[in-house]
Amino acid sequence: MNTREETLIPVVGVITDVRIDTPDVKTFRVVTPDGKKAFEHKPGQCAMLSIPGVGEAMFSITSSPTNTEFMEFSIKKCGCVTDWLHQAEVGQQLTIRGPYGRPFPVDTEFKGKDLLFIAGGIGLAPLRSVINYCRHYRDEYGKIDIVYGSRSMDDLVDYKEIVEEWTKDKNVDVHLTIDREQEGWDGHVGFVPNYVKELGFDTNKTAIICGPPIMIKFTLQAMVELGFNKEQVYTTMELRMKCGVGKCGRCNIGSKYVCKDGPVFRCDELDELPDEY
Amino acid sequence: MQKITRDTLVSKAVSLLENGTVDAVLGWGKGEFAYDVTPTVFETADEIRENFVWNDFCGANFSKYLVSKTRKLEGKILVFLKPCDTYSFNQLLTEHRFDREKVYVVGVPCEGMADISKVKAITGDGISAIDFTDNGLVITTLYDDEPKTVAYEDILAERCVNCKSKKHVAYDELLGETGEVLESARFDEVAKIEALTPDERFAFWQGELSRCIRCNACRDVCPACTCEKCVFDNPNSGAENKAPANSFEEQMFHIIRAFHVAGRCTDCGECSRVCPQNIPLHLLNRKFIRDIDNFYGEYQAGAEVGTRAPLVDYNLDDLEASDVFERRDSE
Amino acid sequence: MRKCSLSVLPALFAEIAKSNTLYIPASDNAGGAKFTKWEEGIQYLDTLNTVKSPKDFFFPHTEDLMEFKVTGKNIELFDIREESEDFVVFGVRACDVKSFDILDRVFLSDPVDSYYASRREHGVIISLACTRPAETCFCTTFGIDPATPAGDISAWKTEDALYLQANTQKGEALLSSVEALTEECDSTDVEAQQEKTRKIMQKLPLANLTTDSFGGGKTLELFDSPKWDELSEACLGCGTCTFVCPTCQCYDIKDFNTGNGVIRYRCWDSCMFSEFTKMAHGNSRLTQLERFRQRFMHKLVYYPENNDGLFSCVGCGRCLSKCPISMNIVKVMKALGGEKK
Repeated sequence: MNTREETLIPVVGVITDVRIDTPDVKTFRVVTPDGKKAFEHKPGQCAMLSIPGVGEAMFSITSSPTNTEFMEFSIKKCGCVTDWLHQAEVGQQLTIRGPYGRPFPVDTEFKGKDLLFIAGGIGLAPLRSVINYCRHYRDEYGKIDIVYGSRSMDDLVDYKEIVEEWTKDKNVDVHLTIDREQEGWDGHVGFVPNYVKELGFDTNKTAIICGPPIMIKFTLQAMVELGFNKEQVYTTMELRMKCGVGKCGRCNIGSKYVCKDGPVFRCDELDELPDEY
Repeated sequence: MQKITRDTLVSKAVSLLENGTVDAVLGWGKGEFAYDVTPTVFETADEIRENFVWNDFCGANFSKYLVSKTRKLEGKILVFLKPCDTYSFNQLLTEHRFDREKVYVVGVPCEGMADISKVKAITGDGISAIDFTDNGLVITTLYDDEPKTVAYEDILAERCVNCKSKKHVAYDELLGETGEVLESARFDEVAKIEALTPDERFAFWQGELSRCIRCNACRDVCPACTCEKCVFDNPNSGAENKAPANSFEEQMFHIIRAFHVAGRCTDCGECSRVCPQNIPLHLLNRKFIRDIDNFYGEYQAGAEVGTRAPLVDYNLDDLEASDVFERRDSE
Repeated sequence: MRKCSLSVLPALFAEIAKSNTLYIPASDNAGGAKFTKWEEGIQYLDTLNTVKSPKDFFFPHTEDLMEFKVTGKNIELFDIREESEDFVVFGVRACDVKSFDILDRVFLSDPVDSYYASRREHGVIISLACTRPAETCFCTTFGIDPATPAGDISAWKTEDALYLQANTQKGEALLSSVEALTEECDSTDVEAQQEKTRKIMQKLPLANLTTDSFGGGKTLELFDSPKWDELSEACLGCGTCTFVCPTCQCYDIKDFNTGNGVIRYRCWDSCMFSEFTKMAHGNSRLTQLERFRQRFMHKLVYYPENNDGLFSCVGCGRCLSKCPISMNIVKVMKALGGEKK
């Protein structure tokens, strides 16, 4: 037996709740078998979840650090580990290790700023942690705008929380959109980048974008057109990872490792990296 | 030493490029030393004049490159093929792996290629110059006052010592003359291994395969391994195994590969040439070739385009499975 | 400095092996050399490079990390780590010794890799100075002096004697444990040998190779070079260069279901492999050009950028002699401007 610390060795966790968000997204609540949070984290950080025999994968922690009871992970079904998780039931154990990565600068650069969150599809998962953190410490931040779009009404993650909590907050504006007209939807219809342009935000805001790569690309273009500097815009990245601590060598973009130097990047930092993501 | 000269190849390549017959030339490119030749796509006459190499270290078989290069290039590509390379070429055509119309084949005669590790076993490291002479390679090293002459017969690659054919089975144009299919002793080593007891044979292969580092070079160079997605690269296959321990699974990689190329392997010997651990992988393939010859009559993959290999063909005279068991039991 | 006659070498090995597992270069029975566990009858092979580098001793090709037992919905996790036993590696060349520094910066930086750290702490390196470098050697390009190898103990082998100089506490302890077999000596013979080797180094065909065009901050300048296309044109996408390389350190973590529990193991991986960066919904490096470029950019730009200018290549020349298509870091460096005129 070895007494050295080892980050690759996880702890056992247990799923205590499974929420069906959309046809392909479920949110899993995870605690240790004795009912505690596995570890503390900061908004934007990630954790490695694994099912022994199936595999291990990195997920952003969806719940806010201010939640003292459990962690949540909103997970889209799209590969080996996620397929397996989607058929898991309450009581299923898994393994968890972390937290990994550089968080959003919620206690520094974001302090006192008006915040503009822009998410597409499952891209809301990493932002939900920050949004709820900022809502918890509401006085520390200025106005909060949230633009969130998905393919359809049914594909909006956390819809219940958005409608029942976020929209009711003071000084928080939520702008929802879906890609195509749908019966029962009287909100905005159209793609996120265009909607952002239509809404035409003040350029004194700090923006946080997350979504599919193509959505990030076009939204960033829209932001620049609106007069935002890249220094004001943050995003979070995802590449294949194995170790989570910058050693296994696969999640680099140039000299930066997404697992360790990211996943949160300021958009002007990305300009200094080669275009390989 | 190669009888056909570099100049002959260079002027052929340049003239076919300049008269518009081809748009690019797949040939051997100059390295740091005389022996580290890199397969290169040349697109200008100047590049060819400057960097094209033809010597006794041009062992690489270009046939497989045609699969990717004919897709990448718009026009036609000239490829230089040695007699043994042409068998792989035909086999790939039989399997419809590339468009014949996009390739212009210039057959080059081959006197056998040298194996640099055999050279270094004689001269040691520190080679500073190699001269190609009628009597052999004249090797100058940093450590010997006098250059050393090594005879070609002492440094020929194994596959060339046991050359199966000097005949070009495919070409648009020939430089020099083509040769004949040869009687070779290539199955002697297989017979020796067959003569071992099962335990001895197992020990032999375990010893050889235990050196495998699972770099996949044998697969990646193999002209018979042209699957778009190899089962060993697919994480969902359950067979994607990068761990090369001296385990049963590791031996499975080579055995499965040998089965997969059985009947299609032309015995070009590239697998053994590229193996960084000098594992005699060609022996596995030759065992299959010899068995197929014995069971179904002699068959050389790639000898002609479009032939149906015994393993994918059926006729009434075919060996029954029971015959194979009988044969095994009688051994 | 201490010395012993070469005739004492077997006795020296036997003495070291009494209290440590000892590895020495020996024949791999296929024309190459490999570090082999010493026991009576194992012959030391006077070789320049082993086929595989000695990085295996600290970062093995494959190793089990932990085990799980899965029963229904429950998971039991077993920490199977054991502290490494003491071991000694004899005959490590200067380039390979330097590679341990490069690996240390990855595996010993926070958070420390305990598997690696345990082996590193328990391993004693006896290096061996080169006297007959090959034409493929270019360690001096990376500031390595093959005549003065580092390690816990530096060793020089002449026609008739072995000279030993301890550099670390671990080395001193080992050297004093074999005191009876060695005698104190001056360094005259060693210095003569060093001078001779350094002269040879200047005459090597790759002596003009420089790192001037590379290093941190060169990413954008080199990344889009049109040269990558022709350099990677013939690359087979195999892992030979990565697996014989003493500094390549990428790994994969995989689970193996034994039917009686799950073993989570680590094994070497290669950035040259097509599925290295493949995710369920995409791949950030789709072509061999991108994968090829990653390997060399990592060694020549990214790694030095993150590690105070230290390059992740030691000039051992293994990739030069083993690449199936003879494409290698020297050709890449020369194409990108790394040759003194």
